[in-house]
Amino acid sequence: MIRVENLSRSFGPKLAVDGVSFEVGRGEVLGFLGPNGAGKSTTMRMITGFIPPSAGSVSVCGLDVQDHPIEVKRRIGYLPEAAPSYTDMSVLSFLKFSAEMRGLEGESRRSAIRRVVELCHLESVLGQTIDTLSKGFRHRTCLAQALIHDPEVLILDEPTDGLDPNQKHEVRALIRQMGENKAIIFSTHILEEVEAACTRAIIIDRGRVVANGTPRELMARSPTGKLEDFFRSITRSDTVAEGTA
Amino acid sequence: MKGHWAGIRTIAKRELAAYFESPVAYVFLVIFLLLAGFFTFTFGGFFERGEASLAAFFNWLPWLFLFLVPAAGMRLWSEERRLGTIELLLTMPVAAWQAIVGKFLASWLFLIVALALTFPMIITVNWLGDPDNGVIVSGYVGAALLAGAYLAISCMTSALTRNQVIAFILAVVLCLLLILVGFAPLTDLLARWASPWVVESVTKFSVLTYYDGFQKGVLDSRGLLYFFSIMAYALFVTGVVIRNQRTG
Repeated sequence: MIRVENLSRSFGPKLAVDGVSFEVGRGEVLGFLGPNGAGKSTTMRMITGFIPPSAGSVSVCGLDVQDHPIEVKRRIGYLPEAAPSYTDMSVLSFLKFSAEMRGLEGESRRSAIRRVVELCHLESVLGQTIDTLSKGFRHRTCLAQALIHDPEVLILDEPTDGLDPNQKHEVRALIRQMGENKAIIFSTHILEEVEAACTRAIIIDRGRVVANGTPRELMARSPTGKLEDFFRSITRSDTVAEGTA
Repeated sequence: MKGHWAGIRTIAKRELAAYFESPVAYVFLVIFLLLAGFFTFTFGGFFERGEASLAAFFNWLPWLFLFLVPAAGMRLWSEERRLGTIELLLTMPVAAWQAIVGKFLASWLFLIVALALTFPMIITVNWLGDPDNGVIVSGYVGAALLAGAYLAISCMTSALTRNQVIAFILAVVLCLLLILVGFAPLTDLLARWASPWVVESVTKFSVLTYYDGFQKGVLDSRGLLYFFSIMAYALFVTGVVIRNQRTG
């Protein structure tokens, strides 16, 4: 469903993403791991068509993102990093707007909103201005926006960031459940999430894929059997990376 | 084509709602109407003129709009960038130009509503005397076009920065430039040492030159062309700026 080939992206002289290739099929949940600044968000932005790649290509459902941007965007639900939303709007009007942008009208719009409100537990705050909501609710409002058109492909940039442990657990369960018939990529810093929700994980470091496998395979490559130790052994923290790279 | 308009309409609707969901719209409308009235009846000399026309109102409008239109337009794109919602907007199934046009049309409509709310002046002048209402209509058309041109420029400066203050100041300076090249005290100064054709070609770039045409009751095709060219050009540049930000 998602095919990324030799994807590269530079910002000025800095190569943020360097020849990344991978595929995600229907029914797969891909965990996207890597230190801060490794190129996770940039890769996701290129898949969603927000920024164009410097080289390489992305295709979603067999359509090239550069050649058919609108068609591709229709098929993707996207939760950007930090879950932005129009903070002056109420949750309901924000969801109505998102639904309309996705071409949903009338009864199909109403039922789509009902579905995501239930999925993301937003019933109690529907009429509230997003500005006044707690971080958890804001996050779930933006997640609801990504799910509103029941997309085949979901790109979630740190979907559990800023949530409390109960909310994290729920979002993970939601991702696992939706992953059964969608293709999902989500990035995270929490390694347990990979075991809890992913069918496969990719670790990227300084723009390159350094590991790609099922959580079990990755853990097997660690001397201690822990994903965290494996992660630390193949990535560098940004404080040493610049000086020694 | 229907699909294109649906996207533009949805974006415009949200943008218009955004004005009225925050205090921005009400503050703007009150200030605009207060100042418009104030200028018309004091500096404009509405009564002293002794004529049944809205010239006193229209003469001050380019200067009033100079500050108020950039104030209404400065948030259009800088706010999207500050909130990060530009990433949502541009990953929804619409093209960037649809978003640009939708946002612009919504704000323009808002400014036209503000203009329409000055209707008590039309009533007043019709009650006191016997004005040429054709001239008043063409005056309003000119005013709406002027607002559109300023707004498109504000849209462009708003795309350049996530800081609304910078967007505002840049827009005021650019709009001021478009006024000054046709502002009589300045062009008279220029006329002292430059040849007449220089003066004439400079004033051809001024909003005042064409705006004044509309105030005289002339719905001039050159005026229409001028204002729509500015809008098209500024919105085109907005598109280039937004694309370059993503291309990096």
